[in-house]
Amino acid sequence: MNMTLIDLLPFIVLTPLIASGIVALLPGRTLPFVVTMLACLASAVIAAFVLPAAIAGPPLAYPFGNWPPPFGIEYRVDAANAFVALLVAGMSAVTLLWAPKSVAVEIHGRHGTFYALFLLAVAGLLGITLTGDTFNLFVFLEISSLASYALIAYGKDRRALLAAFRYLIMGTVGATFLLIGIAFLYMTTGTLNMADLAERLPELRDNNAVRAALAFIIVGMGLKLALLPLHLWLPNAYAYAPNFVTAFLAGTATKVALYVMARFIFTVFDADYSFVVVPLAAVLMVLAVAGMFAGSWVAMFQIHMKRMLAYSSVAQVGYMVLGVALATATGLTAAFLHLFNHALIKTALFMAVGCIMYRTGSAKLHDLRGLGRQMPWSFTAFALAGLSIIGIPTTAGFISKWYLVLASIEVGAWWLVVLILITSLMAVYYIWRVIETAWFEERPAGAVQVREAPLALLIPTWFVVALNFYFGLDTRLTVGASMAAAEALLTGWGGLP
Amino acid sequence: MSWLPQFSPLTVVLIPFIGALLIGLAAASPRVGHVISYITSFLFLIGVWGLAGPALSGEVGTQTVWEILPGMAIAFSIEPLGLLFMLLSSTLWILATPYAIGYMTNGGYSNLPMFFACYAIALGAAAGVAFADNLLTMFVFYEILSVSTYPLVAHDGSQKAKRGARTYLALLLVTSIGLWMPAMIWVWAATGTMDFTPGGVLAGQVSPAAGAVLLVLFMFGTGKAALMPFHRWLPSAMVAPTPVSALLHAVAVVKAGVFVVLKLSLYIFGLDYLRELATTEFVLYVATFTMLVASLVAMHQDNLKARLAYSTVSQLAYIVVGAMLASQLSAIGGGMHMLMHGFGKITLFFCAGAIYIATHKTQVSELDGLGRRMPFTMGAFFIGALCVIGLPPTGGVWSKWHLVSGAFDSGHAVVLAAYLLSTLLNIAYLLPPALRAFLKAPPADQEAGLREAPWLMVVPLCLTALGTLVLFFVAQNGFELMARIFDGGLG
Repeated sequence: MNMTLIDLLPFIVLTPLIASGIVALLPGRTLPFVVTMLACLASAVIAAFVLPAAIAGPPLAYPFGNWPPPFGIEYRVDAANAFVALLVAGMSAVTLLWAPKSVAVEIHGRHGTFYALFLLAVAGLLGITLTGDTFNLFVFLEISSLASYALIAYGKDRRALLAAFRYLIMGTVGATFLLIGIAFLYMTTGTLNMADLAERLPELRDNNAVRAALAFIIVGMGLKLALLPLHLWLPNAYAYAPNFVTAFLAGTATKVALYVMARFIFTVFDADYSFVVVPLAAVLMVLAVAGMFAGSWVAMFQIHMKRMLAYSSVAQVGYMVLGVALATATGLTAAFLHLFNHALIKTALFMAVGCIMYRTGSAKLHDLRGLGRQMPWSFTAFALAGLSIIGIPTTAGFISKWYLVLASIEVGAWWLVVLILITSLMAVYYIWRVIETAWFEERPAGAVQVREAPLALLIPTWFVVALNFYFGLDTRLTVGASMAAAEALLTGWGGLP
Repeated sequence: MSWLPQFSPLTVVLIPFIGALLIGLAAASPRVGHVISYITSFLFLIGVWGLAGPALSGEVGTQTVWEILPGMAIAFSIEPLGLLFMLLSSTLWILATPYAIGYMTNGGYSNLPMFFACYAIALGAAAGVAFADNLLTMFVFYEILSVSTYPLVAHDGSQKAKRGARTYLALLLVTSIGLWMPAMIWVWAATGTMDFTPGGVLAGQVSPAAGAVLLVLFMFGTGKAALMPFHRWLPSAMVAPTPVSALLHAVAVVKAGVFVVLKLSLYIFGLDYLRELATTEFVLYVATFTMLVASLVAMHQDNLKARLAYSTVSQLAYIVVGAMLASQLSAIGGGMHMLMHGFGKITLFFCAGAIYIATHKTQVSELDGLGRRMPFTMGAFFIGALCVIGLPPTGGVWSKWHLVSGAFDSGHAVVLAAYLLSTLLNIAYLLPPALRAFLKAPPADQEAGLREAPWLMVVPLCLTALGTLVLFFVAQNGFELMARIFDGGLG
């Protein structure tokens, strides 16, 4: 049998989906982990092959069950979603490296169910990313969301339950908004296929239902994206989830939501409609800037490190949305770059915090006083990843901020440059607070001696930290793919084949 | 110097970093660490002086290490100003190494491997700044320099040291990230290049109004040049052990600051363009103000190191004024003052540290009659003071000569007067410590006889004092090296 790349394409999603059913039944701890790892790796490898093909040529289309679109479900992959799929599959494999030790202390009993839920979440996120069908997108969104609610509820802290419940309410509201938006589109056009919608919608520019659909979809995805003021679920969910789940979600979930938002704005509705007919750019820009500020500001005063990083994520989402709102090629490039780079940054930071929590059981700042000398490798990893979130040159964070600033200058928005710099300085402050507490405060008298985190945690953490520096120096993959993604979104799919 | 081995600029920059790594790995044995410190500073010296020969004959081109984005690279090249800065730093480092070892072991400090590793990294970062071929490379090494010196300032671990170190790092990071970096991005956005080009890159590309804003961003963003109101970090940094104050806060760090100011004036703005800008005068007068006020403050400091720190703030402002006068002569004078002040000020700090180790005295008012006990140290202090003031027979006289001539040429009478007034103030606060030591009677409880600091410390400070005298005679070489900036660079 001769399989082509197109035939392999659906297996990016199907591998974790099928594996999750198997993993759920596996006994013990090691076996489920190994199968999960293999499934994520397989996805990542296929995604790595798909990306160059998607960048080089026209969108890759795979009709399910050979039902031609718009009647059947179609996967349609261009540079934009191939890049996001590679990120999601890759990050899930990378964070998994870190999982065994971390999950072992946080989750008792067998791990089959936990990993099965994890694989469902991965499959859901990948499905959202690759599909070219709006209703299919909603279904995968629900799969990934339900799995993540359960994963968050696994947290040791009892507040995890409340956090998961809150996320469930907000997430369901978001998904429902998306569904209403899709329903409006279906009502007016009679189709669910994105490419088909893109062809039909220009005729319906003045239709109020279409306008409402755009509004519903943006608000729905804004919720999943944690765009201020729809971010309220995120800090607690990140803070009380198991460390592995936090690291995974921080690197993937909000990124996929951002992709979906961009896909609807640019491909389905087209930029001219979203930004000229409906004044979406102004709205998004105000919310993005507000998120950048409010997120950084609140992060500066958090005493819980995971909450601090969660608020920092709200700010970083602001940067990405800002890139989208600029609606230029450079702006979108910046958004996709930051989408990728921030995944690396936040995962590294959460992993470092996870290393610290593994030994101390606490992420409260005042419990970390003087710990720097006892856990030098964990805190150095945190500090180096911190450089990346501040955006110091030679780190990945610098590259994305650089493009964001260039995009702002391109449209003559100097005030944005100033705002980006101020929020970067705020990041200096919240990262610095941790460093100072760990290294320059005395260990309280009578505090227990703590050993450095085990190598099984440190090695993957440092691997992601190293990736931050690697992608800060070698930008061929990230900048190349981001530019292709921006171009793909701006040119659109050109209707059905 | 063609008989010396020739390394590439990158190798020279990396030598101290590798040395630091080895010192870190040999942390179990401080003795091995000291040997590695000696070897590293020696190799660095050879590397820099070995570069001088081929650089002067134009054989060292631009070395691109890594291209991050198209047109944006980590790259090194050698030009006269950076070469001069590194010749100075490498020479003083090899003298400061025995001094630092003597000071740290006799002063009862702990955690020495960390100290010497950071010390080496700071020198490597300064070399990176000096040899940077573009703004980005310069920025990266500038930040490494800030961060690597932070543990040195906080080294003794006391509350006061931590507070000082915090002010230090906060001011340097906030100015560089908040002002310098946006200016760098602006230059890139406006001209499409970040490379240092003789004659500047902005003329014709950026309107004088925008250039004026850029100048303010760059000059105040270079916190290490200690323009008021961003000078507070330098007195704060004086809580550091004296070898740090001597080599880093009189030479590597602050000279990196004024080096950046001069380099940007010559290679990004260009002197002709600089003269057109509306804010050049503004920065000029801020620097003049800094120069005078810092001198006045220095007069009231009884703590010897604090007095020297404010004196440094004032002397750095001399160089910034030299750059802002935007005449060739004053820019050359600024470059030479970097060299002269480096030798003079390190001598003064070496003496302050030797006095502390030998007698535990830190205040100027305690120095009465100390010249009889520590004649070498106080003699060197006197010579160092002459150099910083700018009196013969020391090298300081030539740099001030060119700075003053530059002010005269460009017709800035106010600046000229300020230079002269400030020199008088220099005399008023730098000579009294030496005069007290030699002329006043010692306190009744002081034992008679010679009691110098350990020879590991006294020999280096005598050598640097000797250096200021030698510079009086060889200053012309420095002038000729600097003059090459204006006739086609090296080669």
